[in-house]
Amino acid sequence: MEKRAVFKSWWLPIVFALPQLLLILCFFYWPVAAVVNWAFTLEPPFGGPAEFVGFANFQEAFADPFYWNSVVVSLIFAIVGPLFAISIGLVLAIAVDRQLPGSGFFRFLYILPYAIAGPAAGMAFRFILSPERGLAASLNAMWPDIWNPAKYGEHALALVIIIFIWKWSGYTFIFLLAGLQSVPRALGEAAAMDGAGPFRRAIDVQVPLLAPTLFFLLVTMMTEGFVGADTFGIVHAVTEGGPNHGTEVMVYRIVDEAFKGLNYSGASAQSIILIGLIMIFTFIQFRFVEKRVHYK
Amino acid sequence: MIQRTPVANAVTYAIMVFGFILLIGPFLVIIAGASQTMQQVNAIPFSFLPDNQFLTNAAQAWKRADLGTAMTNSLIMAVLVTAGKVALSAFTAFAIVFFRSPLKHVFFWSVFITLMLPLEVRVVPTYAVAADLLQPVKSILSLFGGIQIGIDWNLLNSYTGLTLPLIATATGTFLYRQFFMTLPDELAEAARMDGSGPVRFFFDMLLPLSRTNMLALTTIMFVYGWNQYLWPLLMVTDPSYKTVMMSLRSLLPADNGTPDWNVTLAGSLLIMLPPLIVVGVLQRWFVRGLVATEK
Repeated sequence: MEKRAVFKSWWLPIVFALPQLLLILCFFYWPVAAVVNWAFTLEPPFGGPAEFVGFANFQEAFADPFYWNSVVVSLIFAIVGPLFAISIGLVLAIAVDRQLPGSGFFRFLYILPYAIAGPAAGMAFRFILSPERGLAASLNAMWPDIWNPAKYGEHALALVIIIFIWKWSGYTFIFLLAGLQSVPRALGEAAAMDGAGPFRRAIDVQVPLLAPTLFFLLVTMMTEGFVGADTFGIVHAVTEGGPNHGTEVMVYRIVDEAFKGLNYSGASAQSIILIGLIMIFTFIQFRFVEKRVHYK
Repeated sequence: MIQRTPVANAVTYAIMVFGFILLIGPFLVIIAGASQTMQQVNAIPFSFLPDNQFLTNAAQAWKRADLGTAMTNSLIMAVLVTAGKVALSAFTAFAIVFFRSPLKHVFFWSVFITLMLPLEVRVVPTYAVAADLLQPVKSILSLFGGIQIGIDWNLLNSYTGLTLPLIATATGTFLYRQFFMTLPDELAEAARMDGSGPVRFFFDMLLPLSRTNMLALTTIMFVYGWNQYLWPLLMVTDPSYKTVMMSLRSLLPADNGTPDWNVTLAGSLLIMLPPLIVVGVLQRWFVRGLVATEK
């Protein structure tokens, strides 16, 4: 939709847009230019100007088994986390949308975890799901080492994914509930007249009509899982990528390699790969989600 | 719905209670643990019953993690980030929607692309810019004329440095843009006929009309600002500028020290409280902001 634009000043729009554009230039485009530059160059070990090395930094990253480990960890994180978060949100949204007495109370509560920062939630879950105390201690007392995220990489990965799911279920719930409420009531009533009970209606009427919202959430949540600030925050606060690289997601590896390993070129090459990944996700979102059906 | 469905209703309630245990249960554990003594919090099995030690634990956490300083800093940071975002994105959206300018598409796309560049992937050079804001200017100058400037403009360990790099916002800009597009063209035309220029139109008509959007944006951006983690972690080394997310770590019991998780949990609870209050009290606006920015 294009507005019949209105004012005809050539300098006013520039003045109005300038503050934000300057910030973007300084803190987004300039740094990204530096990332691109670093990704294709290498500082010689004994000083001197950086040399152009082509794709050597990328080849080095690809040759590193720990890089592929981080790709696998990220994939698991960004697939399992969103799937659970969306499923929980969907089931809860369908339940709340039935508008039984008291459901408003639950709706109010379900969104609350979304207010909590990943690291803060992580700190609490380190206690809640700690192997020695909290809820899992009784389990460990019965079966020693059945749950020990400090020792086993798989358990640690499960722990950080659980925190992600906990935080984001309320978010998907909000969107799915909004989606359900935009479905005309008449559709459900017609199905009820034909003898469809609540379960039948949920599966045959509501879920298919939610398909666009579900797809939209899948793409957003997967992007969040790959590069979201919470993904980094949770991993950094709870496991620091360990034990034994078991929770080293791609974003964590990049930041770690840059600031601890001081390997700017390697980190930059990995950044470029991740930016490419985000671009693909954004493209999918706009190519397909923009066309989602509206029930108005 | 005129249909008697006792079984389905029971299942529905069961699901909602299950959701409650799943999503609110952790809060209950935190509250219970934060109000117990160290012996109680480490007991197996864990007791979900709160005790009366919360204030003692909170006071201890407050002292251990210097939460007074951290909470103040986080509040300042969240307020500055929110105010900056709410203001600057309104300006940019105004420039994009209401002017017949060939640059509007450039503005729009340069803001849009930032969505694909999260802090985590450009963190080192962004840090470098914050260490010397004049670095981009210097590099360009030395490229063209070989001119050297000796001044540094260091943002590390300052409120400017904590907030400035986080103020640019694509979501906020789009929220305003969408809202501005729904306004009838006649509005601006009428304003113009009455002799109002664009600036007056922006401040006297558009901003008052955008109150709903602003409130929605304010709630989500406050939560965003309060919950910042990576950026303060990198750029603050001076303890007087540390934020709550950084003080989480100092709340943890030492590896071989006393396992006083009750203090840790009390401190975490205090840190979680401000965004929880915003989302709880202003939920209508928060949800509206959330749903509107993701279109």
